[in-house]
Amino acid sequence: MQINTPFFKERAHDAMEDKNLQRALGNLKAGFPEKRAIAVSRMPEFEELRNQGRDLKNHVMENLDLYLEQFEAKVIENGGHVHWARTSEDANKIILDICKQENAKTVTKGKSMVTEEIGLNDYLEQNGVQPVETDLGEYILQLRGDHPSHIIAPAIHLNLDDVAEAFHEHHKRPKSDDPAVLMQEAREVLRDKFVAADVGITGANFCVAETGSTIIVTNEGNGDLTQTLPKTHIVVTSIEKVVPTLEDMTLFLRLLARSATGQEFTVYNTLSSGPRREGDQDGPENFHVVLVDNGRSEMVGTELQDMLRCIRCSACMNHCPVYGAVGGHSYGWVYPGPMGSVLTPQMIGIEKGGMLPNASTFCGKCESVCPVKIPLPKLMRHWREDEFEKHLSPKAVRYGIAGWAFLAKRPVLYKTYTRMATWFMKRWAGKKGKIEKMPLAGGWTDWRDMPAPQGKTFMQSWKEQQKAGEQP
Amino acid sequence: MPNTSPRVGLFVTCLADMFRPTVAFATVKLLEQAGCTVEVPERQTCCGQPAFNSGDRKTTADIARQTIDAFDGYEYVVGPSGSCIGMLHQYPDLFISTDPYFARATELAAKSHEITSFLFDVMGLETLQEKLNQLRFDGTVTYHDSCAGLRELGVKDQPRKLLQQVEGLSINEMEEAETCCGFGGTFCVKYPEISNRMVSNKTDNISNSGANTLLGGDLGCLLNMAGKLKREGKSIEARHVVEVLAGMTDIPAIGEADYDLASQL
Repeated sequence: MQINTPFFKERAHDAMEDKNLQRALGNLKAGFPEKRAIAVSRMPEFEELRNQGRDLKNHVMENLDLYLEQFEAKVIENGGHVHWARTSEDANKIILDICKQENAKTVTKGKSMVTEEIGLNDYLEQNGVQPVETDLGEYILQLRGDHPSHIIAPAIHLNLDDVAEAFHEHHKRPKSDDPAVLMQEAREVLRDKFVAADVGITGANFCVAETGSTIIVTNEGNGDLTQTLPKTHIVVTSIEKVVPTLEDMTLFLRLLARSATGQEFTVYNTLSSGPRREGDQDGPENFHVVLVDNGRSEMVGTELQDMLRCIRCSACMNHCPVYGAVGGHSYGWVYPGPMGSVLTPQMIGIEKGGMLPNASTFCGKCESVCPVKIPLPKLMRHWREDEFEKHLSPKAVRYGIAGWAFLAKRPVLYKTYTRMATWFMKRWAGKKGKIEKMPLAGGWTDWRDMPAPQGKTFMQSWKEQQKAGEQP
Repeated sequence: MPNTSPRVGLFVTCLADMFRPTVAFATVKLLEQAGCTVEVPERQTCCGQPAFNSGDRKTTADIARQTIDAFDGYEYVVGPSGSCIGMLHQYPDLFISTDPYFARATELAAKSHEITSFLFDVMGLETLQEKLNQLRFDGTVTYHDSCAGLRELGVKDQPRKLLQQVEGLSINEMEEAETCCGFGGTFCVKYPEISNRMVSNKTDNISNSGANTLLGGDLGCLLNMAGKLKREGKSIEARHVVEVLAGMTDIPAIGEADYDLASQL
């Protein structure tokens, strides 16, 4: 997928000017944070579950090799195949080879952010295999040549009329703006695709080491058809998704549903444990798991290891005031919001991804709702430090900090400077008590007034008082 | 319950120092009313957050050492900002555990408090209740929970409990009181347009609350919100919570017409 992350500011500007997008984003709050709050309030032990989730994931990351190998052994035992992909290219090639082996013309796909990350759809199309997205949101995006702007609600940036328009254009049926009619239309069109597909590709929310199972959670059931109808099922997932046992998995299912959509349980929780066995009524003949690394193993043992706890619930972006203002496409690549601001620099490089970890006020809301307590602001700061050490920060930031630091490290000089600056601003404001425009402060005064300083600095007044022997 | 008269070092914070000394004076007044002896260490400047949040760890550590030295020996360090005090709490992370400053940073973090939580949680309401009950503030206020104070230090009920002691004052909570105002230190000038969107949402919520005064515990956020309210031509006044608690509301609100502090001293 094309990387537009360096243009974050420009894209954010356009997004804030886009009335339709802003209308769509307006639905976010009622859709996610309010529902999450209700679900959490109904579960007194939620906080304790978060701690357990954090600790368990930490344990897994410290023993990642062990659990992955256990998972691999179990998948093979169940009659499946495991493929290890260090990079996106490796993963795409592995998947294409399987498709070719099966002489696949079309593949159906369940929603998978990892396949977005590796750019699978474009790769398959370029190599003569037609992918068909079956998650309703993803399907709409595919018709529009668009990409997800959210990790669980990929088409959240669209409104009903956008969907009606896309369906009318591609399905060649009378235009309707009734959601029920549109849904039925999608169902009918997708039914044929499900049946015709040679290969079904899904992601995995978790991989269970003790059983060699993968699980997907969906609210549409499209994943079930994607993975049971075709002859071959390929699970494309990433290495940090492994959990030790089925019981551990249920802990995360409880955390995930509540954090993501405010549901107590997602509608469909579908486990895949290898190909169809003798006597099974359905299921694929071939079962493959592609485990994608793509920079993740480099995070193990570093400060960024905490990020590998992420279960992709989207609570961080749902609650993020920056995401809420600019939407997911502004972030310019696959993963938006706070989790994307930490992951993206790891995957595309800090040189291209540096805009994102800087686009945060460090308000900490994301960390406070994260089901596995990832210290997202701290990890964004990690990238800012990396950027600063590599001299990649903008000159204005570097010189600004250097000048300020020179003063802040010299208390006597600092006092003189702050007196002068305060005096200057006070004079500049005149009698109004506020500054409406000031040189070098356009970032502030273009948008809001700058309240003027009262007069002297506190340190100056305090000293004078102490000298005069007065009490304040 | 601490000593009857604990020795407190005031962390002035650079914004109170430059923009609104009233906030620091009000903090001193409240601390003294609660029975503390207050001193203002000369060698303090800024908490170091601009460097910390810009990724300049070395400068942050330099400033941290200076601040740790400046506040050596005080029983408590108190400041009128959740953000700056929250930064003091981060100091231990800047040093490796064998560095002598690590232990001193840990000590500083443990004794540093945001003013309203210090008054309420450490000194206790009873030390101040009588003074607060003598105050009168005829107005409806709404309270913005600044992010660092709220989420790093757990400041939420303390300022409200203190305000409830003031006669005539009523609190109308705004929608999304806990949502960031978009200040974010350097964020507001690095991403001014996004920051503007956030503060616009905030001022909408402030006006919809029906309050005539906005209160908060952090000058950064207050300058941002007051500046936006002014630009929008709204007549809602903005003040730091300590101004109300110290009975210093005869002084013009943030961004209000000309006022010379010296003449009031």
